[in-house]
Amino acid sequence: MNIIVCIKQVPDTEQLQKVKVDPQTNTLVREGVPGIINPFDENAIEEALRLKEKKGGKVNVLSMGPSQAAESLRKALAMGVDEAVLLSDRLFAGSDTLATSYTLAMAIKRIGPFDLILLGKQAIDGDTAQVGPGLAEWLNLPQITYARKIEVNEDKIRVERVLEDVFEVVESPLPVVVTVTKDINEPRYPSLRGLIRAKAEKISTWTAEDLPLDKRRIGLEGSPTQVIKVFIPKPPRKGDILSGEISQVVDKLILEIEKRSII
Amino acid sequence: MRKIKIIVEKCNGCEECLSSCLFSAIKIENKRVRILDNCNLCGACIDACPFEAIVLEKEKTLVDLSSYRGVWIFVEQRKGEIMPVTYELLGMGRTLANDLGEELSGVLLGSHMKGKAEELLNYDLEKIYLIEDPLLESYRTHLYTQVIVDLVNHKKPEIILMGATSLGRDLAPRVATRLQTGLTADCTGLEIDKKERNLIQTRPALGGNIMARIISPYHRPQMATVRPKVMKRARPGHSKKAEIIEIEPKVSQDNEVVKIISLIREEKEAVDLQGAEIIVSGGRGLGKPENFSLIRKLADLLGGAVGASRAVVDADWIQPYHQVGQTGKTVQPKLYIACGISGAIQHQVGMRTSEVIVAINKDPEAPIFNIATYGIVEDLHKFLPVLIEKLEKRGKS
Repeated sequence: MNIIVCIKQVPDTEQLQKVKVDPQTNTLVREGVPGIINPFDENAIEEALRLKEKKGGKVNVLSMGPSQAAESLRKALAMGVDEAVLLSDRLFAGSDTLATSYTLAMAIKRIGPFDLILLGKQAIDGDTAQVGPGLAEWLNLPQITYARKIEVNEDKIRVERVLEDVFEVVESPLPVVVTVTKDINEPRYPSLRGLIRAKAEKISTWTAEDLPLDKRRIGLEGSPTQVIKVFIPKPPRKGDILSGEISQVVDKLILEIEKRSII
Repeated sequence: MRKIKIIVEKCNGCEECLSSCLFSAIKIENKRVRILDNCNLCGACIDACPFEAIVLEKEKTLVDLSSYRGVWIFVEQRKGEIMPVTYELLGMGRTLANDLGEELSGVLLGSHMKGKAEELLNYDLEKIYLIEDPLLESYRTHLYTQVIVDLVNHKKPEIILMGATSLGRDLAPRVATRLQTGLTADCTGLEIDKKERNLIQTRPALGGNIMARIISPYHRPQMATVRPKVMKRARPGHSKKAEIIEIEPKVSQDNEVVKIISLIREEKEAVDLQGAEIIVSGGRGLGKPENFSLIRKLADLLGGAVGASRAVVDADWIQPYHQVGQTGKTVQPKLYIACGISGAIQHQVGMRTSEVIVAINKDPEAPIFNIATYGIVEDLHKFLPVLIEKLEKRGKS
């Protein structure tokens, strides 16, 4: 079976917390924060590789972003995917989720026939979870979000979805778009052989010219939403430190919680 | 097309704007400011420039948006029960509708939901669109999308709000894409720009490190999903009765692409994490997986649920559904007790809007203390047994 995985390069927020807020400008200093594959997308790559190991076929990985996003595609190649495509063009800059899902959909049409499209449930920078369903809509395919288990039988897929209070088992014909949670698997580390292979492998870069795009639907022009302001949230409240003998502190704590009628 | 423009005459190359850019998209070349390709037009540099040398060039719309009127909220039901987020949307939707001087309507899809629709009449809204069909009993992406898109095209609301639940976040992007309109995810603040009649949507991004304000000025309806447990719930007891408008859906079995096979319930306490009023969470400070028994015991005593940090989930001390934080669940209980959790930003994102946060950690420098309502610098292995003992006594007396 042929699988296409869409990934996003995101800033490593583990690193971000070490980065200081500039007190003068009240903004984050993001310089030097490395890019990583969005963690949920790594689960999607892993799942694609596992399905390929069982069923055969090919795994393509696709990403839209600046040229640096090629690093993330190279890591995907090192993990074992067969081919990587980067969509990079000044014209794509400023895309919101509608424009992004459109551009990805057009690129997928160029990649060719597929049985399954996998994505992480959301990206940890934007946290929108909108590109997966948006992509499914552009491609006129069914969607299954929040997967924690995938089984493929013949031309059908069975997926367990993680909902708030229950797991829902659903079945769909192929092809289908599925977004995955981190519960689905533990992503592998690239092997040494994989790393060597990935270094030699070519990553295709496609620009807007390479796709049959409607220019009004891409980048800023294709994005209905506009960010009008970005700001740092108010510093978190700082509370009381309860100190003293353990037994006294416990009494104080219970009293405080009782006062607020929580217990 | 919009773009950031530098007014060369005003710019003196002071470099103030450089540090204001979250995306490192500004460069100084030959003492001239240049905006790079990765600029996302956030406008932070506009505010930062002391010389008003940076401006955002805006296009003007030619589309008539005024035919879209009124505020809609999606009434989320599961198994025939109205979900709590609906009442929060009713509260928020009322405020927005009043600010616009428009009607507030609820949209309810399901089967045999008439009784529930009538219960909603106790709330302050003008219309309830009730769309019933046996095929709509449980949520299915394709069917719900089709029904809502048809209704939107027919009635043209200017704002649609849905809960940012697993259902809302599956449905809203599908609807917005078919309508080719703007959608903002997981909003924590909404207000009306009365002059332009735009919905100003505030949401966290980059793991809560930054907040963004977003508008969809040239598209209608403006769509947003709203983070549960942030907005104030509407109160019932309203006397002015809304009108229930029943609408025949155009759905057929053929549309049913994804079939629901079964539901699995497991580890009730864990998956109920988001609904829990009290959560007791454990982290690395527990020392070893067996010590989670302390956390469970305390949670049981308080009638709460068990949470965990990413570190202990990754170490396989506890199952992933317990994980609170950016790659886990976002919770907002009345009481959150963090035991042996240092409180990395990724964890804080998932719990910092809890009403009361109690942190127990022996490291006084742990970041969790920055957001704790009550901080206790103590070894949890000494502290928790005493707390448990006293709570047990309290329960008996």
